[in-house]
Amino acid sequence: MSRIGVFVCHCGENISRTVDVEQVAAKAALIPGVAYATDYKYMCSDPGQGLLKKAITEQKLSHIVVAACSPRMHELTFRKAVASAGLNPFLCEMANIREHCSWVHEDRTEATTKAIEIVTMMVERVKKNRTLDTITVPVTKRALVIGGGIAGIQAALDIADAGHQVVLVEREPSIGGHMAQLSETFPTLDCSQCIMTPKMVDVANHPNITMHTYSEIEQVDGYIGNFQVTVRKKARSVDEDKCTGCGICIEKCPIRKIPNSFDCNLGMRPAIYVPFPQAVPNTPVIDRENCTMFKTGKCGLCQKVCGPGAVDYQQQDQLVVEDVGAIVVATGFDLYNISEKPKGSPIKGYGEFGHGKIPDVIDGMTFERLASASGPTGGKILRPSDGKEPKQVVFIQCVGSRAREKGISYCSKICCMYTAKHTMLYKHKVHDGQAYVFFMDARVPGKSYDEFWRRAIEEEEAVYIRGMVSRLYQKGDKVVVMGSDIAVGVQAEIEADLVVLATAVQPRSGADRLAQKLGISYDNYQFYSEAHAKLRPVECATAGIYLAGACQGPKDIPDSVSQASAAAAKVMTLFAKDRLEREPIVAKINEAGCVGCFYCKKVCAYGAVEEKEIRDRQGNLIKIIAHINPGICAGCGTCQATCPSKSVELNGYTDEQIVAMIEAL
Amino acid sequence: MTANIENSFEPKIMAFVCTWCTYAGADLAGTSRMQYPANVRVLKFPCTGRIDPVFILKAFQQGADGVLISGCHPGDCHYIAGNFHARRRFAVFRKLLEFVGVDLNRLQFSWVSAAEGGKWVEVVTELTERIREMGPMTEFKELALTEQWSGMLESPELQEAYKQI
Repeated sequence: MSRIGVFVCHCGENISRTVDVEQVAAKAALIPGVAYATDYKYMCSDPGQGLLKKAITEQKLSHIVVAACSPRMHELTFRKAVASAGLNPFLCEMANIREHCSWVHEDRTEATTKAIEIVTMMVERVKKNRTLDTITVPVTKRALVIGGGIAGIQAALDIADAGHQVVLVEREPSIGGHMAQLSETFPTLDCSQCIMTPKMVDVANHPNITMHTYSEIEQVDGYIGNFQVTVRKKARSVDEDKCTGCGICIEKCPIRKIPNSFDCNLGMRPAIYVPFPQAVPNTPVIDRENCTMFKTGKCGLCQKVCGPGAVDYQQQDQLVVEDVGAIVVATGFDLYNISEKPKGSPIKGYGEFGHGKIPDVIDGMTFERLASASGPTGGKILRPSDGKEPKQVVFIQCVGSRAREKGISYCSKICCMYTAKHTMLYKHKVHDGQAYVFFMDARVPGKSYDEFWRRAIEEEEAVYIRGMVSRLYQKGDKVVVMGSDIAVGVQAEIEADLVVLATAVQPRSGADRLAQKLGISYDNYQFYSEAHAKLRPVECATAGIYLAGACQGPKDIPDSVSQASAAAAKVMTLFAKDRLEREPIVAKINEAGCVGCFYCKKVCAYGAVEEKEIRDRQGNLIKIIAHINPGICAGCGTCQATCPSKSVELNGYTDEQIVAMIEAL
Repeated sequence: MTANIENSFEPKIMAFVCTWCTYAGADLAGTSRMQYPANVRVLKFPCTGRIDPVFILKAFQQGADGVLISGCHPGDCHYIAGNFHARRRFAVFRKLLEFVGVDLNRLQFSWVSAAEGGKWVEVVTELTERIREMGPMTEFKELALTEQWSGMLESPELQEAYKQI
């Protein structure tokens, strides 16, 4: 006969406010098999756990039910406590009477009844629990970093410096990400290229880092400590090993009028190109869509002029399989392109701002390229339509962000600061120019941030107008901006030479597809979800996958770098052990019952089901049955529900346990 | 008074949910202090793929007036494809339930992600209200008794049906 202990937690007042915890404990004590039931203010606290341990020894308890918060919160805490008292940790279950009861119901009687029923269900379940032993698996001490922006670079360098191998995968032909596009960075106004490019070179030269640029993640298999990642290296048409980066092919290419996306389509590039002069690796790539050789089969100039013979028109996409133990996702952000409404998206467009129609209405990144010394204008602020220096520039903040009715309700976080920076950069380059900013609020928390924003107003004379812009239209060579000035209570109308929109930060396009390959979750906007908003901000709920940078939510450079280093530290913690302990929630086969139909093999998404031969003593084959590899099994239990002969059992979720819970209803 | 008697029926609802999405979504409803009817009892599974249709029958048999099955959105399964298997399995199972005469309105399938505390509240509230209006589920409990089975054979409709076989 089992001797079950039931421990009901008050959670301060979080549970006891709506649930009569004493009554729950009293009723639990009456359930057959329950030997001991009590309640305590904070079960998870040190004295609470002490109480639990003491009761296990004194009352000789065999199974434990802790009625408290969600098992997602404290199951591990209590299982550890139970284990330290000498009981198998898997004989402890939690009854969730906080998130699923006290917090969601107001009526005390109803909530108490429900709490008692939840406890009863868990008591019936725990009776059927069996002792389980933790499984250990080896850890591959090699990390994959997806995304070569500042976050990915930082994470890769940190892990590599700790002595572990790192594979860095970048979609674009060069690493660097958005930070390489910026002119100067807030709040210090140091040149982005000057602090970014040395880090890029560090990555390229690091003996522990393998780079796959112009590559994408094709497939992810395995689990924490043992991932197999297939990387598609797209055909560059240039052999990376042979190319010396001399650049003669780029000089000679006759197709020269392709808008350069790195310069936000302001400048032009040839069909064989490097995205920017400081690109890492400095290996060109052929844009097959625009190359005459690929379109008509005639030209071949780059191949003729290439000394080392690196240009290879026949190059194919390559699939490379990398074995890694941990994955850092740092795919970054895109700026919301308000001129086009994304297909199938609930986000509504901003047609009234004329972006994409009026050439002198640009977004923040385009302004960065205009202000950048390495940009298409060599750092001169010249407007796209006629190349004149704009004397009045209007900056509009919160375009796309914080507009629930338009589809994006979050704050993009970086725009207040970069707009303040833009007004300064503009004033530094056009001394007689005037910057106006339409803003809702200034959200500038951060070290030296408020001072920076005030400097833009007080020293650099930017005029901040609190209010929203209602309309923009072209009048001659000017763009008239109409909006309200709610501080003064008048209509503001400015004839601007250039308008810069601080458009919303969005996750990179295709973030959802990557998440599905990785098996990680994302929110309504496709920002990746962390395991816990406060306490596990860099880990995914999927073990072994970590997040860094703006792929998780809008972030500035210091935040991205901090998170990247934090993710790297998490990876190193994982790599500190040779073997990894994992929960024994895996399926196993009842060999006597299995008839070898292999339906389980068909439904297993992990390939954990293997074939096993059963032979008699003489070595004659009796039957071939299924066998589940506990190292690969993820414990979803789909095989168990599929098995026609009921010969599969998932540890921790056996039919017995579940039926016991249903019968407790 | 009649209205009061009708209102006094409190349906029992069993929810079979996956740990990763719906259980977490229900947790989120809790941490966000959203309110919903106290009629639902949640059973946690690793994945909707683990849910055997027999559990649904068992729940009805044990006195559940409604059953809710909820997991990750298609494509978001923590276990890659468990919810797709579940979806197929239940699409077939619904037909079977309909055939044996269970009102399908008592069975609800939904996808609630870990971020959708609000949706969890909506789904549970809607289902509870619907079942409350439908009244208690009796037919299946009766079916569970063997005497009822043999008794049913004597009904003229069934005898007619047997003749035609």
